Amino acid sequence: MIHRRKFLLSTAIWLAGTSLTRATVIRNDMPWDPFPSSAPQMERPGPWQFFTADEARTMEAIVDRIIPPDPETPGGKDAGCAVFIDRQLKGPYGSSEGLYMLGPFIKGTKEQGPQSSLTPAELYRKGLAALDTYCKVNRGGKAFADLSTDEQDDVLKQIEAGKIKFDEVDAEGFFSALLQNVPEGFFSDPIHGGNRDMAGWKMIGFPGIRYDYRDWVNRHNERYPYPPVGIGGRSDWTPRKG
Amino acid sequence: MARKLPAKDVAIIGLGWTGSIMAYELADAGLEVIAIERGPWRNTPTDFPPNFAPDELRYRIRHELFLRPEQTTFTFRNKMDQTALPIRTWGAFMPPNGVGGGGVHWNAETWRFLPSDFVLRTHLTQRYGAGFLPEDMTIQDWGVTYDEIEPYYDRFEYLCGTSGQAGNIKGKIIDGGNPFEGPRSRPYPTPPQDQPFSHTLFAKAARDLGYKPFPQPSGNLSRPYQNPLGVRLGPCTFCGFCEWFGCGNYSKASPQTTILPALLRKPTFSARDNSEVTRINLDGTGKRATGVTFVDAEGNEWEQPADLVILSAYTIFNVQLLLLSGIGKPYDPVANAGVIGRNFSHQTISSVDSFFEPGKFIFNPFIASGAIGMCIDEFNGDNFDHGPHGFVGGAYMGQVQTNGRPIETTPVPPGTPRWGAAWKKAVKENYLSALKPGTGVHGSMYSYRDVYMDLDPTYKDRFGRPLARITMDFHDNEIKQNAFLTDKFAEIFQAMGAKQVVKHYRKGPYDVTQYQTTHLCGGAIMGTDRNTSAINRYLQCWDVPNLFVTGASGFPQNAGYNPTGTLAALAFWAANAIRTHYLKNPGQLINA
Repeated sequence: MIHRRKFLLSTAIWLAGTSLTRATVIRNDMPWDPFPSSAPQMERPGPWQFFTADEARTMEAIVDRIIPPDPETPGGKDAGCAVFIDRQLKGPYGSSEGLYMLGPFIKGTKEQGPQSSLTPAELYRKGLAALDTYCKVNRGGKAFADLSTDEQDDVLKQIEAGKIKFDEVDAEGFFSALLQNVPEGFFSDPIHGGNRDMAGWKMIGFPGIRYDYRDWVNRHNERYPYPPVGIGGRSDWTPRKG
Repeated sequence: MARKLPAKDVAIIGLGWTGSIMAYELADAGLEVIAIERGPWRNTPTDFPPNFAPDELRYRIRHELFLRPEQTTFTFRNKMDQTALPIRTWGAFMPPNGVGGGGVHWNAETWRFLPSDFVLRTHLTQRYGAGFLPEDMTIQDWGVTYDEIEPYYDRFEYLCGTSGQAGNIKGKIIDGGNPFEGPRSRPYPTPPQDQPFSHTLFAKAARDLGYKPFPQPSGNLSRPYQNPLGVRLGPCTFCGFCEWFGCGNYSKASPQTTILPALLRKPTFSARDNSEVTRINLDGTGKRATGVTFVDAEGNEWEQPADLVILSAYTIFNVQLLLLSGIGKPYDPVANAGVIGRNFSHQTISSVDSFFEPGKFIFNPFIASGAIGMCIDEFNGDNFDHGPHGFVGGAYMGQVQTNGRPIETTPVPPGTPRWGAAWKKAVKENYLSALKPGTGVHGSMYSYRDVYMDLDPTYKDRFGRPLARITMDFHDNEIKQNAFLTDKFAEIFQAMGAKQVVKHYRKGPYDVTQYQTTHLCGGAIMGTDRNTSAINRYLQCWDVPNLFVTGASGFPQNAGYNPTGTLAALAFWAANAIRTHYLKNPGQLINA
């Protein structure tokens, strides 16, 4: 993962013995290299990289309730939102790379921002386990993924309203992370593993990264006719799972 | 033990806009200049080519081009009796990192401040009486006037190729431009950008309400342009990935696209990247800088001796480095004494979301540039009579919608659930017909006795140095100002035919998680009195005359505009003072 490695090392340069980022002296010319210094890495379909099989089953059920399928547009599961979150949690986001993680960790006011020492990876691991435990104890011994969609909605609504608490982890904080990350998976470039077939972009009419609208800026109140394009090309070319 | 490098004439700390301007001007004067930059070298073809630059998740949501809080951050509290806590992930503003600084990922909104902004206390006191200002408001005059720095605003705009419509050329008011702006010596170098549908609709509604709308001055160019240094920029393509992103088209003015190619050809210039200055060194008297100490990416410590030091980092890091280097007297809000950390300010931003009839209005919000927009200036600075309203300050306001990127910009009407089928349906229905201006009401924030910076007693950076501590809250003046302005702004969207206009007032307490702008100002302010300012009107440190401090840290308070035009003009102004006066007779330029 070129991009991730570069990204990590440019920020974690003081960590012992791993540095590829070098301080350089620049003079005479604009430095140039034929290769991008921070090329992105495409997340491909395939086995789960962070979630266990049980966690993945729960996640796929959750993302399909946050963004349910309808006759015109896939839901979160078929749009790859769980895959997206899996890849994010495995990567720098999951381990809070680059964030300030020195203590002391003190709970402050809302205006002072998040102060948790929990990484997103830890939050999901604990949150998913706690959700299943809650459902097994309170919903007839069933795991979240085995509940009906109405029951699943009910559980999520009660977590959102603060009526269900978990012992091991802040249930509302876990739900906030879901509300942030699931739409990210639905709307981010397919290169990150979600937005499969550009389903999210097609749903709203976002043409992706066409990058040049000079011939359209003065065409007012007209629907833009062209299909979306992403970093990896058109959705027709997006690799399919399995 | 720091290894000592050969001495240079000039050491520049931070190679963003003002560092690049200073470096060019001083290398052009024949001086040996080294710029030391904390972050990496960055440039268009390798770091933000169009084939992967427009990645909303990577750059907008995960903040890849910015400083990482792990590298250094700061602590925050609203009130002096609270315990400040560290900012663990960015929110209210985005500290830059790397060559080009904020100039890489800004929107390129290229404004000038009003002539009255530079003499603010004098002006307001004369018009309304001293009793009109809140007792704890510490606004000051700048020590420099609009007329003095007009030529340097002009220098910067012609460096950038700024696209706009002049409203006042040498006192003559020009139709279609901003009639409230200070007189400019000549037109903008390039004509204004074309405007998408919603922006023209805003302008029409504003005109019908009796205002004088004009295109926002833009550093995203409307035409190809070659600047006086021979560097060429291309026309903006309205890609909709501007602020938070690097431009892949060479069409956003940045140090990379306007000045660095010419600067690097200067034989007396060199830069070091991935090297963080940890201290400005002083001689035994404490009155003279002997150079800087920095730590490179491998952890090696170096000493760079220099005759002249230019501190041109981001606002908070300018102030932090002065405090850590023991330069200037730290500000004490209780005693109301000292200067470093004093008059710290940010901005008072608010906006409205507007929902129009789907199908009848197709706005295509993804067709946008960072500095696109139609604005009005009737309610900025002191362009209107504040007497009846009981507050001072103001804002430009406009339909300045910079993107339709869907993670960030999928507004739904109030009452919509946050998830599920109803949310999905509302997102789909409203995406093309809703408006969400980026910085709709771009309000001033004036300075106060209890809004300031100092060093945190608990939290440290990776070198074990104390983090900077911010104490900041909104005061009644700004809350009142924002309520009045947001209502005026919403009226225009109502007149455009919106079926629903949702006002998002800026309310206290100041919240460090809510993005406003990256326009932190003050903390090492310019002025005429060394007891109430850190630097003189030439940005020269009162206590250490061979140190100049550039950037918005020098603003005594923030105006209702984006700061880049002004901080760049001041850098040119200071560079001119160094070239024409200081170099001939190094020492204090003001006999105070």
